[in-house]
Amino acid sequence: MKRRSFIKTAAASSVLPVSLNGMSLRSYQKGSLLSALSKRSAKDKVLVLIQLNGGNDGLNTIIPLDQYAKLSKARSNVLIQESSVLTLKSNKKTGLHPKMGGLQNLYANDKLNIVQSVGYPQPNFSHFRSTDIWMSASESDEVLTTGWVGRYLNKRFEGFPEDYPNANMEDPLAIQIGPLVSLAFMGPEANMGMAVTDPSSFYNLVDNAVGDVPSTPSGDELAYIRMLAQQTNEYADVIKAAANNGTNKSAKYPTGVRSNDLSEQLKIVARLIHGGLTTPVYMVSIGGFDTHSAQVDDTDTKEGSHANLLGQLSTAIEAFQDDLELLGISERVTGMTFSEFGRRVQSNASTGTDHGAAAPLMVFGDAVQPGIIGNNPNIPDATTVSDNVPMQFDFRQVYSTVLKDWFELSSTEVKDIMGADFNTLPIFKNSAANLEDFADFMTQINLRSVYPNPSRGHSTVNYSTDGGGVLSLSLYDPMGTRITEFFNKPHQAGEHAYRMDLRGLKAGNYIVQLKSNLKSFTEVIQVL
Amino acid sequence: MKRREFFQFKRAVAPPSTGLKVSRRTNTGLDVYSSSWNQDDLLHLLRRVTFGVSKGDVEEFSGLNLEKTIDKLLDTSVVSAGEPLNHYGSRLTDPDVKLGESWVKAPFNPTLEGVRKQSMKGWIWSLALNQKPTAFGKMLLFWHNHFAVEMRMVPSASAFYHYWKVLSDYSLGNFKTFTRQITVDTAMLYYLNGRLNRKGAPDENYARELQELFTLGKGPDSQYTEDDVKAAARVLTGFTINYRTTPFSSIFSANRHDTDDKQFSSFFDNTVIKGRTGINAGMDELNDMLDMIFAKEEVSKHICRKLYRYFVYYKIDDNAEANVIAPLAKIFRDNNYELKPVLKALFMSEHFFDSWNRACVIKDPLTHSVNFLRQFEVKLPSASNIETLYQAFVFGASYTAINQMDLGDPPSVAGWEAWYQLPLYQRSWITSDSLPKRNELQDYILWIGHKIGSYTMKVDVWDLTKKFSKPNDADQLIDDAIHFLLPMSLSAGQISTLKNILLPGGIPDYNWTDDYNAAINDTYPNHATALQSVTLRLASLYKAMMNLSEYQLS
Repeated sequence: MKRRSFIKTAAASSVLPVSLNGMSLRSYQKGSLLSALSKRSAKDKVLVLIQLNGGNDGLNTIIPLDQYAKLSKARSNVLIQESSVLTLKSNKKTGLHPKMGGLQNLYANDKLNIVQSVGYPQPNFSHFRSTDIWMSASESDEVLTTGWVGRYLNKRFEGFPEDYPNANMEDPLAIQIGPLVSLAFMGPEANMGMAVTDPSSFYNLVDNAVGDVPSTPSGDELAYIRMLAQQTNEYADVIKAAANNGTNKSAKYPTGVRSNDLSEQLKIVARLIHGGLTTPVYMVSIGGFDTHSAQVDDTDTKEGSHANLLGQLSTAIEAFQDDLELLGISERVTGMTFSEFGRRVQSNASTGTDHGAAAPLMVFGDAVQPGIIGNNPNIPDATTVSDNVPMQFDFRQVYSTVLKDWFELSSTEVKDIMGADFNTLPIFKNSAANLEDFADFMTQINLRSVYPNPSRGHSTVNYSTDGGGVLSLSLYDPMGTRITEFFNKPHQAGEHAYRMDLRGLKAGNYIVQLKSNLKSFTEVIQVL
Repeated sequence: MKRREFFQFKRAVAPPSTGLKVSRRTNTGLDVYSSSWNQDDLLHLLRRVTFGVSKGDVEEFSGLNLEKTIDKLLDTSVVSAGEPLNHYGSRLTDPDVKLGESWVKAPFNPTLEGVRKQSMKGWIWSLALNQKPTAFGKMLLFWHNHFAVEMRMVPSASAFYHYWKVLSDYSLGNFKTFTRQITVDTAMLYYLNGRLNRKGAPDENYARELQELFTLGKGPDSQYTEDDVKAAARVLTGFTINYRTTPFSSIFSANRHDTDDKQFSSFFDNTVIKGRTGINAGMDELNDMLDMIFAKEEVSKHICRKLYRYFVYYKIDDNAEANVIAPLAKIFRDNNYELKPVLKALFMSEHFFDSWNRACVIKDPLTHSVNFLRQFEVKLPSASNIETLYQAFVFGASYTAINQMDLGDPPSVAGWEAWYQLPLYQRSWITSDSLPKRNELQDYILWIGHKIGSYTMKVDVWDLTKKFSKPNDADQLIDDAIHFLLPMSLSAGQISTLKNILLPGGIPDYNWTDDYNAAINDTYPNHATALQSVTLRLASLYKAMMNLSEYQLS
């Protein structure tokens, strides 16, 4: 076997040792660490991905107050009391879960951007499949074996992994706090990421500790192997150096042993960035969002498992951002949350919610354009168990925006990575459009009315376009499966109407989507 | 007994602090292990005594009690090694051997010895991979390490094969006869210069190693002298190589033999080996000398210590010396140096199964590579395509060599350092170079596969997974996999890390069950995506387990 083949495969499981060690490359002998650190530019940008495992209930996270009456009908047993919902600066229509005071502060300080109803067409309701779709940035029915971050890093760091680490890039290209490297980091040649199993393995590495072993011959040998395993990770030295060179300054991190696992992870990320690591992408995660039951306490819907998770998320992000600012590195860092899907509009009888479709996504940091992109989701007057939040934005629009406006890639490069052109969103201050422009822009097409609704047989869609262009009109079932595309054709500027033939459809709610190449509007129609 | 209670204790037990239970040092000896014989015991035994355990191997022993299990492991009648074959015929013309035929009796051919040696190395590796579930293969490696010969020092591949044949014939046979045969083996006569040892110009090389390494060892009670080395060299004069036979053979040349009496030291009770003449002089004197050497208890102790380091643990403490080595050596002597009674006593002993002595052997490179392939039942190419088959063998041998064990070419006459060199012993297998390489093979065969023509050496994770008791139950699958793949239990934290691979973010277990069921049943609408996703997660789970330091142990 060729050396190259070994290396390629080896990198696929590069995991920082201690409790797990997948390391496979040689130890890398650095020249002078200090000189290397001093060469580093403060402008090196970092993206921190925060994965909310399990499918986050977006409707209880970013709460559409203008839909409150309809939400009360659809999900009364999990809905947060209106008076408890945290308000947002100069935005009366949308609020935050009461446990997200930290994010409320971030929003007030212009450090938070919320993108409404992010998803993808033809949503898949399997955790694994949907996670793969998000990680690989594939179509719903397409299997990609590379990840979106991996494709980006592959473009930026040519020749990885054979020639790495090298004098220009001594550090891991991506770091994941977790047992395995995510599909998101998989490049065409090799996985571009390395995994740090968990915070304790990180501190073991820094402290040259090997974790608990029994005092038996077996334990002796285990300790020896673990010690060697630490030494063999090619990046162990740079990570230790950065950890020793870096620090944390925020007093907002929760104290106590593992009281907030996410904040523990983000604390490490801040320390490594401050310590001089030039790794451009990190991924951390928090699990438990699969809230089929007991999402809220029976007696108080603002408490319960989901509330705890959102509280941890909010506290961790606030502390992390605070830390970055105190350390003077906040301008280099953007964070983004994501989850494999949202949850169903209607709650279930066990005070929980089932797998859903689109959900809000949050981007935070100095560089973001503060505010909310998109409208509150439309909640049907009468819901069924199948009703979902329809997607307003494709998650690949968000990724494309990050690549273009944060990592400063050209449109062509972004298209190469994403496989197609996705319109970017005004997430960052340097984005092509600002939020107000974007709002104007959104009015360039408008879905004015769907009548009659409820309907039996035919309904007419009235819509308009200010500038003209190609528009399409489609009908989706509540699970997001497209039933039909009524048209997809060029339009003159002005008012238009289309009479939809709804005969033969089963009774229930459907989603009418009017879409230009820039924007989509949706309306729920009930077929009797 | 449950997996969590994997370790059994002869004496008092301290509370566990990690996945491994902690015991106090015990004083177990050769008493027959009398606890109820269970699956964990069997796995421990097979891990130590074979090159890795497949599910099929475990099946072969089902229903057998401890003694019947050991008898089966020591039964060599099932072993048929065959001979290494010409795998090079389409690249290089061999006038004497066709492609796919054995070359071991072919005439010496300087242009072909190199490829024959490559064939030999691949074949040696294949013996380990294709082992029947017996101790034979592991003992072959033991003897290759003990009576070490470096093939690169031996011009003739056939001569090396003959040496290997001697190892095979006596692997579980009589050690004294074995020593006699190896002394006059052609390859050994090359390697340790016996062929040059003649009257008037003695070469002491073999005579020294015979005592220092092969029989008496260097223990404190081994008091042979430099004069004993010289005397032994004179005994062995006259054995040399006959280059006129095909293949080359060993021969005793009476006119090269020193016919004077040989005086040994007081360590050997001042024994005098009577000088002899004639065609049988060499063998007669050799037999006398072996009688003299084997009369010393040190021989049996030396071999038993080596067996102990190989099968139990490299540190021999006072208890092991007194309660295991000494009685084992006595069994060896009482049975006239037959190996099977010794191995049977060791493998049946409570010391061997003592919790203290479990999971503390670092896998040697051959065991590591073969174990992985056997556990995951990686398929070999069809035997009908000899070239592809041998390329697979040579790949395996090469990989083992990269990992510090070049089969056929131990680093010196003392064998591999891991089995003799203080203070590291087996720890020398694990270095900052070798440990990543150990993982690389698995990465490569698990994720990508090694392609040879139309054949790919690749793991199909389903082969193993489907043999587990209830793989659609995440907890049960992880428990079964730990039980099967690792020699010890894991901490709750490690287990939860593994579970997070199957069920990220703590999503409920039925997600795994649903996906698994869809993956194995093509009538499910989501069968294709579930199959892909479940396959990926299974591979990730197994890789995470193999990345554990625990996986290096047996």
